[in-house]
Amino acid sequence: MIDALKRIRWSESPLTVVCFLAALVSILTTAGIVLVLAVETLGFFREVSLAEFLTGREWAPMFKPQHFGVLPLVAGTAMIAVGSAIIAIPLGLLSAIYLSEYASPGVRRVLKPIIELLAGVPTVVYGYFGLTMVTPLLQRFFPEVGVFNAASGAIVVGIMILPTVSSLCEDALAAVPKEMRYGGYGIGSTKFEVTTRIVVPAALSGISAAFVLAISRAVGETMAVTLAAGMTPKLTMNPGESIQTMTAYIVQVSLGDTPAGTIVYQTIFAVGALLFLITLGMNILARRFVVRYSLKDQ
Amino acid sequence: MSQANETIVRRRLRSRKRVEKLFGVVCIAALILSALLLFALVWGVAKDGVGRLNWSFIDSFPSRIASRAGIKAALAGTLWIIGLTILIAVPIGLASAVYLEEVAPKNRLVRFIELNVANLAGVPSILYGLLGLAVFVRWMDLGRTVLAGALTLSLLILPMIIITAQEALRAVPRAYREGSLALGTTPWRTTLKITLPCALPGILTGVILSVSRAMGETAPLITIGALTYVAFTPTGPNDGFTALPIQIFNWASRPQASFHENAAAAIIVLLAVLLGMNLIAIVLRDRARRKA
Repeated sequence: MIDALKRIRWSESPLTVVCFLAALVSILTTAGIVLVLAVETLGFFREVSLAEFLTGREWAPMFKPQHFGVLPLVAGTAMIAVGSAIIAIPLGLLSAIYLSEYASPGVRRVLKPIIELLAGVPTVVYGYFGLTMVTPLLQRFFPEVGVFNAASGAIVVGIMILPTVSSLCEDALAAVPKEMRYGGYGIGSTKFEVTTRIVVPAALSGISAAFVLAISRAVGETMAVTLAAGMTPKLTMNPGESIQTMTAYIVQVSLGDTPAGTIVYQTIFAVGALLFLITLGMNILARRFVVRYSLKDQ
Repeated sequence: MSQANETIVRRRLRSRKRVEKLFGVVCIAALILSALLLFALVWGVAKDGVGRLNWSFIDSFPSRIASRAGIKAALAGTLWIIGLTILIAVPIGLASAVYLEEVAPKNRLVRFIELNVANLAGVPSILYGLLGLAVFVRWMDLGRTVLAGALTLSLLILPMIIITAQEALRAVPRAYREGSLALGTTPWRTTLKITLPCALPGILTGVILSVSRAMGETAPLITIGALTYVAFTPTGPNDGFTALPIQIFNWASRPQASFHENAAAAIIVLLAVLLGMNLIAIVLRDRARRKA
């Protein structure tokens, strides 16, 4: 609602004040997250240098001698993110293209909710799926794969973010004006040519935003990777090995009884702060894409 | 056009049509594969867990012996947490949405709040757990209680409730508001009697989807230190608790297959509730869209 309706004088009703206060809660939440992460992380960096944290190649805060190099956790997270993207991006984009360009409205009405239902499955269920179904399947083909392995984690996270990719991509494709398609058909193009040379390029910024948002979800994903990929911080390129992501480390510490104020307690906030910065960066990047897209549209 | 050229054009057209068909097949194959994955998931879980599903499983506390363990404490914990979360998050979320969409002028503060809400929606759930741990559990000294869990989950789903409620309010035609105001009704009465009722299906959809997300969340509750072994049902907001997803995580992370069966049976209970809720939300939304 803009202009005229906005200029109406809302009475000085207590309701107005209550609503205003409610709207402030979200700002307080952000402030709370930033403050909590900052305070504990600063405490952490009084004990450990930033250089050791960011460049150390070993992560072992709970053993003596302690090591605080976050790289193994970052590498584990990156492996899950890349692996899940390899699965979710092609499947999600192709599903979206089918729904938006090929499917009849009736078919779309049936299929779309099914894909959306996938999005309602909790992540701990995907973890169970990875541990009890995907890993045994992988082991049948590659006997050397461990009970906990990065590949299984990446596969289930890929399935998990698939609905995000496909529904956001479909929104982007559907936003391309019909006239652009008609132009393509008018010069005798086939549906394949219209889709790949006109519709997808026109929707590219929206599609990119969908990819970035989905990968950012994979980075922040917790329970599926904790269950399927394991709790062994390790710098490895082998997807058959157990690894640990940043989120899984936070869970591991939380499951134990760690007193506040100790260095181990502070590590989960330091890792959380890094996670916050990474996902925030990706979300801002995604919004850039969308903003550019809507400007072009006008 | 010469005969030779025509055959070349025809041949090329045929191959272009073939590519078109093939691409369609590839696309629908991707979609079917995605749907099959959902069914594989549900089928696999159902097969593992259906044997354990009976009344004593629902009505027993956890146990070291897998066949005697049940989800009574977890189910009660989830109901407590979700009930409180609804009581906290829905009024705050609705009030925020009404303020941002109806009351406030489009000034810098409102734009800032909206940007902030959008960013919050992208924050990984486990970070809300860290917030809850530091603020609710330690600083406010609520301990690892139902209340601390509900407050944490409320903050987690607040952005989603605000965004969906704002969309629902935005979809109400402005003529409705103008008509009401033209009759001399106050802005607040218009909002309460016209705008909100019209936006109700959309708002409800958003609330159901948000609440079902809260119901499946595990990570933030583990981070605030929810217990994994609980042999009692909470009697108030200040009791300790466990929740269904935590119980599932606990059972799934044990090596014995018999506990995996318990996890699968608990998943069936959780999925039945969640998918049911999602289905209602999707139907509600489709109906509202078709009316619009």
